Amino acid sequence: MKTESVLIRLEDICKTYHLGEIDVPVLKGVSLTIDTGEFVALMGSSGSGKSTLMNILGCLDRPSSGAYWFEGRNVVQLTVDERAYLRNAKMGFVFQSFNLLPRASALENVMMPLGYAATVVSDKEARLRATEMLERVGLAERLHHEPSQLSGGQQQRVAIARALINRPPVLFADEPTGNLDSRTSCEVLEMFRNLNQQDGITVILVTHDPDVARYADRLIRIADGVLVDGTSGSDNGEDWESFVKEETTCESFEP
Amino acid sequence: MRIIRTLKTALQALMRNPMRALLTTLGIVIGVGAVIAMMEIGKGSSAAIQKSIASMGANTILVLPGTAASGGVTFGSGTVMTLTPMDGEALQNECPSVRSVAPIVRARSQVVYGNRNWVPSSIIGTTSDYLDVREWTELAEGEAFSDRDVLNANKVCLIGQTIVRELFEGASPIGKELRIKNVSFRVIGVLSEKGANMMGMDQDDIVLAPWTSIKFRVTGSPVVTAVQSTATESSSTSTMNRLYPGSSFKFYPERSAAQEANQPLPIRFANVDQLFLAAVSTEEISNAIDQVTQVLRSRHRIREGEPDDFNIRNMTEMTKTLSSTASLMTNLLLFVALISLVVGGVGIMNIMLVSVTERTREIGLRMAVGARSRDILRQFLIEAVVLCVAGGVIGILLGRGGSYIVQLVLKWPIGYSPEAILASVLVSVGVGVIFGYYPAWRASRLDPIEALRYE
Repeated sequence: MKTESVLIRLEDICKTYHLGEIDVPVLKGVSLTIDTGEFVALMGSSGSGKSTLMNILGCLDRPSSGAYWFEGRNVVQLTVDERAYLRNAKMGFVFQSFNLLPRASALENVMMPLGYAATVVSDKEARLRATEMLERVGLAERLHHEPSQLSGGQQQRVAIARALINRPPVLFADEPTGNLDSRTSCEVLEMFRNLNQQDGITVILVTHDPDVARYADRLIRIADGVLVDGTSGSDNGEDWESFVKEETTCESFEP
Repeated sequence: MRIIRTLKTALQALMRNPMRALLTTLGIVIGVGAVIAMMEIGKGSSAAIQKSIASMGANTILVLPGTAASGGVTFGSGTVMTLTPMDGEALQNECPSVRSVAPIVRARSQVVYGNRNWVPSSIIGTTSDYLDVREWTELAEGEAFSDRDVLNANKVCLIGQTIVRELFEGASPIGKELRIKNVSFRVIGVLSEKGANMMGMDQDDIVLAPWTSIKFRVTGSPVVTAVQSTATESSSTSTMNRLYPGSSFKFYPERSAAQEANQPLPIRFANVDQLFLAAVSTEEISNAIDQVTQVLRSRHRIREGEPDDFNIRNMTEMTKTLSSTASLMTNLLLFVALISLVVGGVGIMNIMLVSVTERTREIGLRMAVGARSRDILRQFLIEAVVLCVAGGVIGILLGRGGSYIVQLVLKWPIGYSPEAILASVLVSVGVGVIFGYYPAWRASRLDPIEALRYE
């Protein structure tokens, strides 16, 4: 494994919340490495600290202690504005509840992150790029639809297009299928798969659902603020292949 | 570029809920509309009030000849005859702050018509500009005498309502001849009623005639006789004076031979008792006084450091009343404006706070995709300012429309007030910034994680 292919490296990350006088340790020394081009599932039960870890990975939160290198850069030291810039340029986010702007067209939703980019993108180019992105997620026919006129799966695809508009090397998906039925879940997860394999985008998927986690090449389990074990890509490969056979039904594979 | 995009984002955000945006901005619309309408109506009424006070003579300036002094004894105003009708013409031509100038020659005499007689409180010889100076150009009947009448010393006169009542018992006096000191004058016009002045003197008890007629035909010499009145013969005027052919008056002050040698003055044909001036406006009075002083000093060849040979009076009391009325009105309106705009601003702040709470998730999302807190601050601030400015613009249109309707329907005077419009725009932007800042600041302080999780 080459050093330059290391995208994310966490070293002994701790996060403690202070609720009044009580200290609640959520992460108790997490260390992990994620390489460029990996498809990682971050799995854990509710309250295991996976959301906190995800927030720290996504530069939305700062660890209480520990070091975090993103593309070889220690991001713990960055200021709030620098982290905002990093999120804008290097990270895409997909949320469980889509978080689209209501009463704004799909196109406007996808264009939105461009407005905060460091380099000013002209309106015309922004429109072009957003259209391109929406075409890629298969919504070429629905550019001017508002979220309320789209199905859940379509909304999530708009959210994916929005996450990809700045061409980030890494995509964070926080329970992306939590609000979707199994069929659309399947479509969305497949889309992640494609992005990972065809475009080489690193995908970090947070979920509590083992069926969803199975799409990933590698599984990172977290329980009580510490990593339980890491599942290598090759281990999951077989699962993936067996899943493909049952793709149409989207039935779960019992581990 | 970035600002334009933010502006676009703000507009889109507002258009997502147009009804609420409209209702929010209503406070500013009504506030600004009321301010504009009131400013315009107020300005109109203020102008009307000022005009009516001005018609009482607030804009007038009186130039009196200086006083002679001998051995420490001053003889009172008018004891030296230094003002000429030409001075009046020069003032009219050379002083931009002076609207019009009328020379005044006074007489006091019995006026006789038929078997009735009356002593008017003032018999004034002047030009037709006198009516303009006193803002009295509207005649009840007939017409004013012309400059030609003045040049020819025609025996025509205008009379006030009191004279009509006393001599003609209310009958139309036009074309009738009345006699002033046995000189017969034809009445060509009747002045409109003006009533008593501030000191309680009847202003309608007046006879106006060309100053040449009064001076050369009636008095023969200035009414306020000079102390040193050793008369010099003047053939040109004595022929005009039918009543006292022997006596005459001085054209200009007697001067010693040494004075003549020192200061050769151009020939002055006659002097007048006073010059009566009107400034173009109340504010211009002090400028007018300066200009008059300058012109008269240069015309009278008064050296630097020497005292003026004339006195200038103005209606300070009335002018003060006038300006205090105007400023009172302005301050009152400003106060009302302030209150209504503050109320409107609080409305904006209220809705913006609701909007920030409602859009917490949106704010969280924007932060997650890379918006810095100042981007969020700017977005919400611009939303508030856009609301206020839109409200301001609608308010301006509404206010203008309202005052126009008031003018049309109620026939109230309206003064177009561009400064009110400018002030409204500035104030509505200011209100937007001030009352939009707190909600915007709250939005920018949100924690993206909390905001994304907000239900």
